[in-house]
Amino acid sequence: MSSVEPTIRYTMHAGKPIVEIGGDWTVLDLRGIRQKAARALAAAGTNRAARTVDASGVGRLDTAGALEILLLAGGGPDAEVTTREKGHADLFEVVRKNMCDAMPERHVNWIAHWLEEVGHNTVEVYHQVVNLCAFFGEILVVFLEACLQPRRFRINAVVRQMYEVWVRALVIVGVLCFLIGVVIAYQGIQQLRQFGAETFAVEAVGISMFRELGVLLTAIIVAGRSGSAFTAQIGTMQVNQEVDAMRTIGLNPIEWLVMPRIVALAVSMPLLAFWGDMTGLLGGAVACTIYLDFTFVQFFERLRDTVGAWHFYTGMIKAPVFGLVIAVIGCFEGLQVRGSAESVGQLTTRSVVESIFCVIVLDAVFSIIFLLADV
Amino acid sequence: MAEGGQLVDHSDGREVVLRLRGVRTQFGDHVIHNKLDFDVFRGEIVGLVGGSGTGKSVLLRTIIGLNGATSGTIEILGVDTRTLHGKAERAMQARTGVQFQDGALFSSLTVSENIIVPIREHAGLDEETMRDIAALKIALVGLPPDTGDKKPSELSGGMRKRASLARALALDAELLFLDEPTAGLDPIGAAHYDELVKGLCRSLGLTILMVTHDLDSLNAICDRIAVLLDKRVVVGTMEELLAYDHPWVREYFHGPRGRAARQEQK
Repeated sequence: MSSVEPTIRYTMHAGKPIVEIGGDWTVLDLRGIRQKAARALAAAGTNRAARTVDASGVGRLDTAGALEILLLAGGGPDAEVTTREKGHADLFEVVRKNMCDAMPERHVNWIAHWLEEVGHNTVEVYHQVVNLCAFFGEILVVFLEACLQPRRFRINAVVRQMYEVWVRALVIVGVLCFLIGVVIAYQGIQQLRQFGAETFAVEAVGISMFRELGVLLTAIIVAGRSGSAFTAQIGTMQVNQEVDAMRTIGLNPIEWLVMPRIVALAVSMPLLAFWGDMTGLLGGAVACTIYLDFTFVQFFERLRDTVGAWHFYTGMIKAPVFGLVIAVIGCFEGLQVRGSAESVGQLTTRSVVESIFCVIVLDAVFSIIFLLADV
Repeated sequence: MAEGGQLVDHSDGREVVLRLRGVRTQFGDHVIHNKLDFDVFRGEIVGLVGGSGTGKSVLLRTIIGLNGATSGTIEILGVDTRTLHGKAERAMQARTGVQFQDGALFSSLTVSENIIVPIREHAGLDEETMRDIAALKIALVGLPPDTGDKKPSELSGGMRKRASLARALALDAELLFLDEPTAGLDPIGAAHYDELVKGLCRSLGLTILMVTHDLDSLNAICDRIAVLLDKRVVVGTMEELLAYDHPWVREYFHGPRGRAARQEQK
């Protein structure tokens, strides 16, 4: 459909300044209309504040056009627009009744805005920590009750979750730890060769895998894979009101949804971390046979002789704690979901970030503890 | 088998804004509509009803082009939609508006921004003008002015429906499609919404096709009612359909709810 450009002309009629307009005034024709009006006003020379608009030359009209025309006439209740068409007059009436100023954009001082944001976020973090502690307490209560009545550990659900978080993570954890083992051994050999101490690469691989990397890598993979899945699963149930339904039936969501996941992950994490350690060592051994002319047997003999068992234990002590933290945060964020599917996405992101953050902070805390305990 | 089409001719010389001829929709082996003919005239409000699974929403999606190819022709505002591509298709989209069942407002944008999206896309006006237009649409659908700055998640279901209607009206569409506009509203809210739709239809000269199950809406605002029966559409006024002899229609309009809704209207 072809359209006629809107025209605006300031003129005099019967001694009164009026605005004559014509053309089509639909939303699709209004591009740059306000500049055009300003130019027309400027062209009229004197700053004539015409408050009467003659709209009899208007072709097609819609609400957006009517709004612009009424604004041209001053916009107030006394804005006068003359038209010959009944349809147009009705439209002006409808728009006039519903006209209101757009909510002005809020211009705020950016320092104040920044301070407000900081304050807001601080309070939110505080609430988050408080809620998380409360949630942890709730879990402990359910856990103790379950210890008295082992039936309430929901062994079926635990096994199903373990399949998801342990068995199905074996490949990815194995591959990644193997590669890291290779990389550390290779880098170790390259650097230590400068001192003629390249055989110490075995210790480098052994100690770093056992103490830190095996368990940390595993924890990060698990947080990304299982922690996020917990949040998304529970969050979706929350959106569908399944969690509310459970409560009304008398099922405690902590017992049915949260406990099995926490138990499964706390048990699976050491198993996965052990698997990560082993594949990491394998990677180191492969790298040493290639770059160091070691045999596998030589590698593991040196490992046995130089790397103490406590290096291994420290990693294994950390693993279930990390698993517990990831599962608690994943479930907690899942239960925080309110309303829309959008919040499932937001909270899943938050759950992964928070659990990786907590894992690394805890790792630092463990380092200090082990340092003090001298192991 | 129900014969499709109008029971009595109601065109009155009015322009046909939506014309379906021999439309067939099929998912796999499952035929949902077959040889479906259906006309909507300018300025009327038509309610589309039918039992669960008769494909009301499917028909709506087919008409607005979300269901891909079907056989038969669909003309919107005199143009065969399947010959439309590129610019012409966009121009057609500017002349029709759709309100989805749960609003389908973009959740990351405020209500104002939601209304501005189609305006910016099709008309590209300056920000200030678009904000003023958005404020006008918000007032037109009867929402308080401060709604514009709110996110859809902060609104109640009824407000979301109104906001969604405001977005559908953003470009002053001539033809509006509403999917269950009063579903999930309380009777008072639903009645207000009906009045709103009727008022907008009169004052802005809209043509409206709405899928609905609300017998009160059908009675109160629909000029004609389209019933999906045996893969076809039978169209008529309430009186004509009351006299129409088909088991589903009889049960629908003569059932206790149908009677109650009519009583109320009188």
